Amino acid sequence: MKITRKEVEHVAKLARLALREEEVERLTRQLSDILTYVEKLNELDTRDVEPTSHVLPVRNVLREDEVCGSIDRGKALVNAPDRTEEFFRVPRVIE
Amino acid sequence: MERVHEKYEAVIGLEIHAQLLTKSKIFCGCSTKFGASPNTQTCPVCLGLPGVLPVLNREAVNFAVMMAHATHCRIEPLCRFARKNYFYPDLPKGYQISQYEQPLATGGYVEIDRDGGTKRIGLTRIHMEEDAGKSIHEGSEDTSLVDLNRAGVPLIEIVSEPDMRVPEEAVEYLKSLREILRYLDICDGNMEEGSFRCDANVSVRLVGETRLGTKAEVKNMNSFRFVQKALEYEIKRQIDILEGGGRVVQETRLWDTDKGVTVSMRSKEEAHDYRYFPEPDLVPVEVSKEWQEEIRKRLPELPDEKRDRFIREYDIPAYDAHVLTSSRSLAGFFEECIKEYCKPKVISNWIMGDLLRELKISGVDVEESPLRPAQLSRMIQMMDEGIISGKIAKTVFEEMYKNGKDPDVIVKEKGLVQITDEGEIEGYVERVIIENPKEVEGYRGGKDRLLGFFVGQVMKLSGGKANPAVVNEMLKKRLK
Repeated sequence: MKITRKEVEHVAKLARLALREEEVERLTRQLSDILTYVEKLNELDTRDVEPTSHVLPVRNVLREDEVCGSIDRGKALVNAPDRTEEFFRVPRVIE
Repeated sequence: MERVHEKYEAVIGLEIHAQLLTKSKIFCGCSTKFGASPNTQTCPVCLGLPGVLPVLNREAVNFAVMMAHATHCRIEPLCRFARKNYFYPDLPKGYQISQYEQPLATGGYVEIDRDGGTKRIGLTRIHMEEDAGKSIHEGSEDTSLVDLNRAGVPLIEIVSEPDMRVPEEAVEYLKSLREILRYLDICDGNMEEGSFRCDANVSVRLVGETRLGTKAEVKNMNSFRFVQKALEYEIKRQIDILEGGGRVVQETRLWDTDKGVTVSMRSKEEAHDYRYFPEPDLVPVEVSKEWQEEIRKRLPELPDEKRDRFIREYDIPAYDAHVLTSSRSLAGFFEECIKEYCKPKVISNWIMGDLLRELKISGVDVEESPLRPAQLSRMIQMMDEGIISGKIAKTVFEEMYKNGKDPDVIVKEKGLVQITDEGEIEGYVERVIIENPKEVEGYRGGKDRLLGFFVGQVMKLSGGKANPAVVNEMLKKRLK
């Protein structure tokens, strides 16, 4: 196995996914298969190749510091499952 | 600290977040103005709606590079943004756009004053990132409210090396950084409002040990005083654990201002796995040498340079130079005064004493001072010309500060012109001598100290307007 059950549970927790027992098992298997498949790439010698984060050779896409584009509060809040006149309302978060 | 604590030393490193004073947010055009009505400065980009793309604010890069220059950092030839993944209601996208493996700048330093000398605090890195929104927990038991006006405001994070050993050094370092940011005019440095925030990594070890102990991260210290107190508390807590045979746990702790303690923030433990990866929506940033130099031209004279120049150019004590350069505007006030009338030390005295006191009482910054530099200089000139005495100057100063009038006007209106007319002063002198025969006898019998008494009496009769030097001379002659 390329990935352990514990890792799957950890990643699920970080992603706030509640997995059932059989889902954990299935995903552990499937994710391992994927990793095994992708591992084929390791056969290539990439010592002198920089990791690719962007495929286009573009740099410095910038905008000027100008204020524009804000939307009405009503519009900003409209998709929220819960809200007040002024705020998004969420289940209490305690640090 | 108690004796047992002397066996230990603390190792402190700080992470500072400074909000940049750009007009618009870092990746969208929403305003960054503080204090707007909740959720009125948002757009699809900073709300994290699907299908939008961030575009980097050029001025945010300029400001970050200015700070990197001012702290002697190396600007990396290429930097990238990265996603820091975690869930929190004030983070709409589920990730914060930050920088990770390739930050904007690395390896600088800041100098702080220590025991009469200076100490260098190393900087590990400076990187750019976006701020999160603001959660409000008061008002309800089971819900929190979220304001996203702050989401996307540009920040720079300044990470220091673990170079500080006592809380005082941490506070000095913080003050130095804040001073530089304010000189550069790229951050207002307001700790209470959160535009300048500080987290501390703290560990302790036996003196002489070179390895680092297990650290705790302390958050939520929103004033210099709380940084001092929180670090003191945390250092003592860790020493007590070690002395009791225990082990320090690596964790995040919150400073509780009311209770004066740091408390564990267990909820954060597992969330520390941020799974950073390069931000695919933003292309890399290359700050070329030409661009760097262009930005360097925008740098003002920095606090240290100004301090040295004041000492050199105006021949004032280091202490004066330190106080006068504590803000760019105060230093500006001082130099404006000098331009009008070049008496640096006298001007410095009036600024450090009377002006700073009045400003503190009225709670305003020097930029809002009702008293203008030219007025202060003129007043000092009037003293030198013998038009007013030092004592009258105090009154004139108060009046100038109160109503912003020119010193000449005040002197004229209030009839404060110093009496140098010997005839008039002679009258007062005679009167004092006649009214105080005992003291006259005493003085003539050798009690020289009584001269001060006579001067005081004459000054009183003249309503403080007699020229003290003339009074002195005349009394000495008359009492011989």
